[in-house]
Amino acid sequence: MLDEARLSASLDDPSCGALVVFQGRVRNHNEGRRVLRLEYEAYEALAQKEGDRILGEALERFSIVHAACVHRLGSLSLGDAAVWAGVSAHHRGDAFAACRYIIDEVKARVPIWKKEFYADGESGWVNCQVR
Amino acid sequence: MARVRVEYFAVLREHAGCSHEQVETQAATVRALFEELEARHGFPRLPSLKVAVNAEFCGWERPLSDGDTVVFIPPVAGG
Repeated sequence: MLDEARLSASLDDPSCGALVVFQGRVRNHNEGRRVLRLEYEAYEALAQKEGDRILGEALERFSIVHAACVHRLGSLSLGDAAVWAGVSAHHRGDAFAACRYIIDEVKARVPIWKKEFYADGESGWVNCQVR
Repeated sequence: MARVRVEYFAVLREHAGCSHEQVETQAATVRALFEELEARHGFPRLPSLKVAVNAEFCGWERPLSDGDTVVFIPPVAGG
């Protein structure tokens, strides 16, 4: 489980008037199919590096003070938080924008894979449908 | 001839039947190595594929060196 209170606290700063947190949760459907659970897998060495790069980019491109992101691996159930991204900033504009940037980039670039298990008994790796 | 470690994840791991293997290859580039392993393991045609050597993304024409760790990266789906 993610320790969300600790994660938010790690972004505390007396100069910051804004804290924006995104939580990605396991939902019960994808592309018209009923999903029962998920499994996440990662190439951890590269995922950590690419994640750190993304946070560094966010700190550089937006006027923010702290940023953090954590992604869980393994088997997750409906409603579980799979990913947590948080940003603190003086003002909310860049906090929202930076948080959006982080989750968008993580989803596009970080070597993490998701296997969905469907209600009909089938399963499949997301985005990996055979051409 | 290069001796490299190849690590497999997700859909490629399921087709390779293992999470990693040591490979002795005549392949000069990452692309050539993939073609060799694709034929051997019967990998499915994926919408896209990236590659990393020694835990850094690289291009498909990157030359292989002894001791490299190569990972073929199926379409990612984090978050």
